[in-house]
Amino acid sequence: MSTLHDLISTEPSVVTAGVELFDDALAAQAVATHRVEWRPPLDGTDEDLARVMGDERRAAANARAIERMLAASAELVDVRPAREVLGLQPGEFLHAGPPLSWYRASGPMRGALIGAMLFEGLADTPDDAEAKLAAGDGIALQPCHDRGGVGPMAGLVSPSMWMFELRDETHGQTSWCTLNEGLGKVLRYGAYAPEVIDRLRWMGEVLGPVLQTAVRQRGSIDIKGIISQMVQMGDEGHNRNRAGTLMFLRELMPDLIDSGAPSSRVSEVARFIGGNDHFFLNLVMPAGKLQSAAASGIAGSSVVTVMARNGTDFGIQVSGTGGQWFTGPANTPDGLFLGSFGPDDANPDIGDSTICETMGIGGFAMASAPAIVRFVGGTVPDALYTSQLMYEITLGENPAYAYPILEFRGAPTGIDVTRVVRTGILPQINTGMAGKVAGTGQVGAGLVKPPVECFTSALSALAAQSPLPS
Amino acid sequence: MTRHLDVRPGAYHDSVTLMQVSRTVNDEPGVNAALVAMATELNLDLLAGMGFHAPESAGPNDLLVALDAADDDALSRAQARVDAALTERARPAAVSSGNGPAAHTIGTAARNASGTPPTVAFVSTPGTSAFVDAVDALDHELPVIVFSDNVPLEQEIRLKQLASQRDLLVMGPDCGTAVIGGVGFGFANVVRPGPVGLVAASGTGAQHVMSLVDAAGVGISHCLGVGGRDLSDAVGGISTITALDMLAADDTTEVIAVVSKPPDPEVAKRVRAHADALGKPVLFALMGEDQPDLTMAARSVVEAAGAEWTEPGSWTPSAPETGTGGYLRGLFAGGTLCDEAMVIASSALGPIRSNIPLRPEWAIDGDLHTGRLDGHAMIDFGDDELTRGRPHPMIDGSLRAERMVVEAADPACGVILLDVILGHAAHPDPASELAPAIIDARNRARADGRQLDVVVSLTGTSDDPQDLNGQGSRLAEAGASVYLSNAAAARAAVELAGGQP
Repeated sequence: MSTLHDLISTEPSVVTAGVELFDDALAAQAVATHRVEWRPPLDGTDEDLARVMGDERRAAANARAIERMLAASAELVDVRPAREVLGLQPGEFLHAGPPLSWYRASGPMRGALIGAMLFEGLADTPDDAEAKLAAGDGIALQPCHDRGGVGPMAGLVSPSMWMFELRDETHGQTSWCTLNEGLGKVLRYGAYAPEVIDRLRWMGEVLGPVLQTAVRQRGSIDIKGIISQMVQMGDEGHNRNRAGTLMFLRELMPDLIDSGAPSSRVSEVARFIGGNDHFFLNLVMPAGKLQSAAASGIAGSSVVTVMARNGTDFGIQVSGTGGQWFTGPANTPDGLFLGSFGPDDANPDIGDSTICETMGIGGFAMASAPAIVRFVGGTVPDALYTSQLMYEITLGENPAYAYPILEFRGAPTGIDVTRVVRTGILPQINTGMAGKVAGTGQVGAGLVKPPVECFTSALSALAAQSPLPS
Repeated sequence: MTRHLDVRPGAYHDSVTLMQVSRTVNDEPGVNAALVAMATELNLDLLAGMGFHAPESAGPNDLLVALDAADDDALSRAQARVDAALTERARPAAVSSGNGPAAHTIGTAARNASGTPPTVAFVSTPGTSAFVDAVDALDHELPVIVFSDNVPLEQEIRLKQLASQRDLLVMGPDCGTAVIGGVGFGFANVVRPGPVGLVAASGTGAQHVMSLVDAAGVGISHCLGVGGRDLSDAVGGISTITALDMLAADDTTEVIAVVSKPPDPEVAKRVRAHADALGKPVLFALMGEDQPDLTMAARSVVEAAGAEWTEPGSWTPSAPETGTGGYLRGLFAGGTLCDEAMVIASSALGPIRSNIPLRPEWAIDGDLHTGRLDGHAMIDFGDDELTRGRPHPMIDGSLRAERMVVEAADPACGVILLDVILGHAAHPDPASELAPAIIDARNRARADGRQLDVVVSLTGTSDDPQDLNGQGSRLAEAGASVYLSNAAAARAAVELAGGQP
């Protein structure tokens, strides 16, 4: 009764939503009011919203989801090939985003698959690879997320690719991600030229084993700790990972030197990592996966645990509906282009890197990464506004990722499907853009939003699961 | 096709600026391709891809401007664009950290509220959304007043169950008025503070009782609206019980009154049993046939508070009433006041046709705006059907003014009964709309050789912003008999219509 006692024993202070006249009438009585800029929810969602909002499990389930997200840790514990980590067999490929067939795959996804076939020695030429992929014999495609991991852009994983293995000791969970290849013509952007395959070979022969020795020698590296620092150093963790990469290299350098590898190898590795500002992205992503996976599968929770794209569809998963995908056609980012590339060259949104926004950084952290703002075609005031707007659709704030410019406010964490549908505010994503023709590589970077139907269909599924009131 | 390449040594710009410049130039009509970039290895490759050959000497500190245009004109425009864009980029943009976005939901407003932390939420969103917004308030541990109507019954039940699980209160849905610690919510009269606490399942009913109690010099501690359906079998009085407990625990409240339509008998039994155990006197002012009217209820409340009842005031019309008979037509803004008037009138005059009829067979079908009414009739202009897409008649009197013109033209109409409700959020000066309409209606009737009597039921307090006395006087000057008691107004109107109240 204490809240109710306060209601009639203290001066009212009122949150008002709806007709302005009544807010004015309160203000005329010198009452403090907090006015809501109310707008109708997305079309046709009234009944589902009422069902889900009226689900008495929701509040506690969401509180638990947020609590688990914030408590999740992320430590790099090993570097191993995918065949060891996941038992991946030749012909089995993992990819970004929701499930996909070769026939629905976009250019960059096909390019990456072709490259992976060549890399695994399953085809001799790109044409040969394409024919085999189209025929499908002995080929199996599966989303990274369905195996507990994540991959940037095409997110292609084949058995011989080396991966970071991360642990969340708090919840006893493991996640993984491949090693980042760098920028330009790279497999994840759909390129499969010989230089791309050669680089992958070097990563398997040199980079992976050297990192493995160093990481094993070190024991573990606190990735969450590095992310905490990087978001205060101008990185938002999705398109800018410069500080994170340098801190990671700094952490690992003594063990690299002590790894017993010839100094020429160590310097190759150090040069590769230091020369690739995105190297740390592939550690941020599995850290994000560990965070959101900790919140997965809580009955009644409307918190988004996955946002991912495969270049054709955008898919999300929601805690209360577990591993079920809710998809819609992926949008094409709007932004800036490299060289003479233009909007016509860009493929629709692709990659699991939206796990960054799912965890509360990336596009949600734009305010804290002014250096990245123009790269994705925005302005600093836009970035400040956007980051603050994301608190409208999230349920918690993560003190581990605090944004100095917002008075060290914690990252907006735990996208709530009901809030997205109620406000029509979609998560803001900043992303790289792949060329739509297989083999092109990166063409630019920009801003993009998920399609609305991911959220409305997830809401319907939550509504269908919600127990009818007794 | 015209091509141009120049290398500007030492002209450094960061890569993002240059990508933006490239984009600007690429957008220029007639430009096939443009690369404005530092001569890094990657960019030199891109340049080669465009078919240009850069001088050997070009390095990462040199700016490349490569343009491929349809003709000379386009090329020179592109060059101008490059220079303009680069110059513009050199100027610092005005940067402001800006204010954060406005809250889009009650939850966000509650979380972000600076200054006084919120103690209550007031929801007047459409009925299809009100439940969701109210749950959001409960999620943030706020009691909530739901002014919105058209909230489905099952949602009201759910909402009240959720509130009760969390020790919170839902006032409404369709809660027209509330007074909490002297602050009026929704349509609310300015009442003096005092010992009477109300639990109200009727908006205008509660406003009327409070105004009459206030006029007798007795003040109100709180008026907690609970919504018209709270005491139904389906809802089971969830909010009424909570509100009773709150008032019982409140030191300033000495007498409690429940203003409602007659409750479901089982619910009534439970509520009365609960009330008996509160340790404070609880009166039940229940409206309906065979029940005391609101004025009598107000009198009981005043006397229970130990004060002396004074009869509610009235204003005599400027011109004498004629009482020449004819049908009674009630044009109401308040549903409960309309109900009460119909109960009083039907006992003397027989059937009263209405859009909210006392009996189903008395329902009016047909156009309530311009259609001619049959016999004695009363229209509730505050009913959902008539407020859809229009302001409430308490805010905007024009619908009723238009209806008065129709009644003035109906030879069968002899008496018009109107309610006028003052207070916060109501029309700032209802007499300014209705007095001319009254004069006009009487003049029209007179021009047709008839006498038309007008009776006004005026609900308000002397502290209401509209000036109660001024409103009463002006309506009386316009020719209306004005009563502060709705029941008295109804009886006067019945008498003028030739009935024996």
